[in-house]
Amino acid sequence: MSTGPVLSSAQRGLSVHSESTWREQASEVGRFLRRNPLLVAGLVLLTLLFLFAVIGSYITDIKDAQPLAARPLLRPSSEYPFGTDKLGRDLFATIVAGIPLTLRVGIVAGLIGLGIGTFLGFVSAYYGGWVDNLISGIVDVGLTVPGLMVLIIIAIAFSGQLDVNDMALIVSALAWLYPARVIRSQVLTLKQRPFVEVARLTGMGGLEIIFLELMPNLLPYLAASLVAAIASAILASIGLEALGLGPVDSPTLGMTIYWALLNGAVINRWWWWWAPPILVISILFNGLFLLSMGLDEIANPRVRRSL
Amino acid sequence: MRLNYVFRRVGFFLLIVWVAASVNFFLPRLSGQDPIREKLLRESMLGGAMQAGMDQIVKTYEVKFGLDRPLYQQYFSYLGDVARFDFNYSISQYPNRVIDMILDALPWTAGLLSVAFLLSFSVGTLLGALFGWPRAPRYLGWLFGPLLSLSAIPYFLLGLVLLYFFAFYLKWLPSGGGFERGTLPTASVKFALDVAHHAILPALSILLAQLGGWALGMRAMMVTTQGEDYMVFADAKGLSERTLFLRYAMRNAILPQVTGLALVLGQLISGAVLVEIVFQYPGVGTLLWRAIRETDYFVVQGVVFFSIVTIGLATLLLDLIYPLLDPRISYEK
Repeated sequence: MSTGPVLSSAQRGLSVHSESTWREQASEVGRFLRRNPLLVAGLVLLTLLFLFAVIGSYITDIKDAQPLAARPLLRPSSEYPFGTDKLGRDLFATIVAGIPLTLRVGIVAGLIGLGIGTFLGFVSAYYGGWVDNLISGIVDVGLTVPGLMVLIIIAIAFSGQLDVNDMALIVSALAWLYPARVIRSQVLTLKQRPFVEVARLTGMGGLEIIFLELMPNLLPYLAASLVAAIASAILASIGLEALGLGPVDSPTLGMTIYWALLNGAVINRWWWWWAPPILVISILFNGLFLLSMGLDEIANPRVRRSL
Repeated sequence: MRLNYVFRRVGFFLLIVWVAASVNFFLPRLSGQDPIREKLLRESMLGGAMQAGMDQIVKTYEVKFGLDRPLYQQYFSYLGDVARFDFNYSISQYPNRVIDMILDALPWTAGLLSVAFLLSFSVGTLLGALFGWPRAPRYLGWLFGPLLSLSAIPYFLLGLVLLYFFAFYLKWLPSGGGFERGTLPTASVKFALDVAHHAILPALSILLAQLGGWALGMRAMMVTTQGEDYMVFADAKGLSERTLFLRYAMRNAILPQVTGLALVLGQLISGAVLVEIVFQYPGVGTLLWRAIRETDYFVVQGVVFFSIVTIGLATLLLDLIYPLLDPRISYEK
């Protein structure tokens, strides 16, 4: 009986509270962003790319990204803003379709990598002992070996009938290594802190401590690691694609570069074939780079002073 | 203690080599592809030959390559071969041995990349030191942003742009290859100049893409040295600006850069595969690319294994030398 009003008053209190601080929070965010111009610049670049892909998908038909959609090798014109390639793809449609595909490879592989890496990093650092030795041994070996080379062997084994999702899975095969190392070292320092000791004394279990005590403290690191993992996954996928080991039927940015290289677009001066994907990839990597530097500033206050 | 450390590091190196060899052995077999049959099929289609004797030919070749034995026997003999750097024959250029093809391509790659890496290391580190030096000229600081921005772009894409601009638009530099087409490699000054001329663009693309990274690392280290007591003391002693900059700040800030250099040198073979492809440079990267195009598994595996061993060796040497460079590092862990 009496719980009803109590709850609602608590809710009212909460909502009043949040309403009164909403404006403060917004200005807090504004002040924070002003102090972190790198983060803002990165977000702006990525938003621009995102808007380009979204608006582009309304004004062009993505089906034109397939061969034989137009007359081949047309220079950029009002009808085809980026021209067409030798196989008759509308290159504007190809780029518009390629941005989300390439991002998807990066985000899927980045998330898988971060997920596995975080899990292994936590387990390794929190439990220590032979588990730690085994996991960090594997991570050490994996990070020493040149990644593109291993990915080449994996991709060749499955070559021919890859699609974009397979691509993401292949790239994620190595994407967990770096997050695992970073998270492990962070947890190692965190678990020495008094608040973890207190949590243990109050009787919290290992998993509870990991999720309720350690995780929230690691959020900035997790965000920075995710961005780094996405960037390196995209880099690896573009590398594989440029080697001809990508999804042959999908117009990802890397595949467009591959087709341009394969058909001698540079020698034949078909600059409109390779210039747009390179420009888009450059904007994408610069955006991710600025974003990760911005997040690093939040995660490591010491970097903030030196940059 | 010291010997223990050395043993552990060598053990780690052998572990890497073993993992690389095993991945190389098992992954292609998991996919269920049959390189020899595929190759022969393609050849027979080219020559218009009949399918009739195909199975027998495949069988003969499998016996020749030892592919008819049980898997574990193949594995152990593979490990033995690999330990002797015997990667079998090339499938697409049959009588050629894989190791010979790699060794032919190796000087091109190693030459190009060692020059490019060392140049970018020295220029980038010096620039970074200046970026992090409060009394350096201010206009230098404007370089930092553009350099970082370039370093975010993959090498080979930068190479593509440079290739178009300098070789096809301005026509200042050759458009690809390691030397003038139609000439034969000789030990003459003319040929050496020709090789250098052809290496400018690929080296420049690596250089531009790496400068930012070196500068970023060095700048951060320079900034941290500035608060150190020995810097204040040296400044108070009235030492010259030059001595402060070179002997006190740079000397102390450069150690992590040297680590980085050793790691990068480990990528001498694998680091610029895609740059080589863009410039059709006759190195290991182009060899790899052609092998991928022609599904020449043995060549791909040979190149991959070779490059993994190089980087393993580089990190091994680094770990053994590093304690000598920096006395603060102990051999314990």
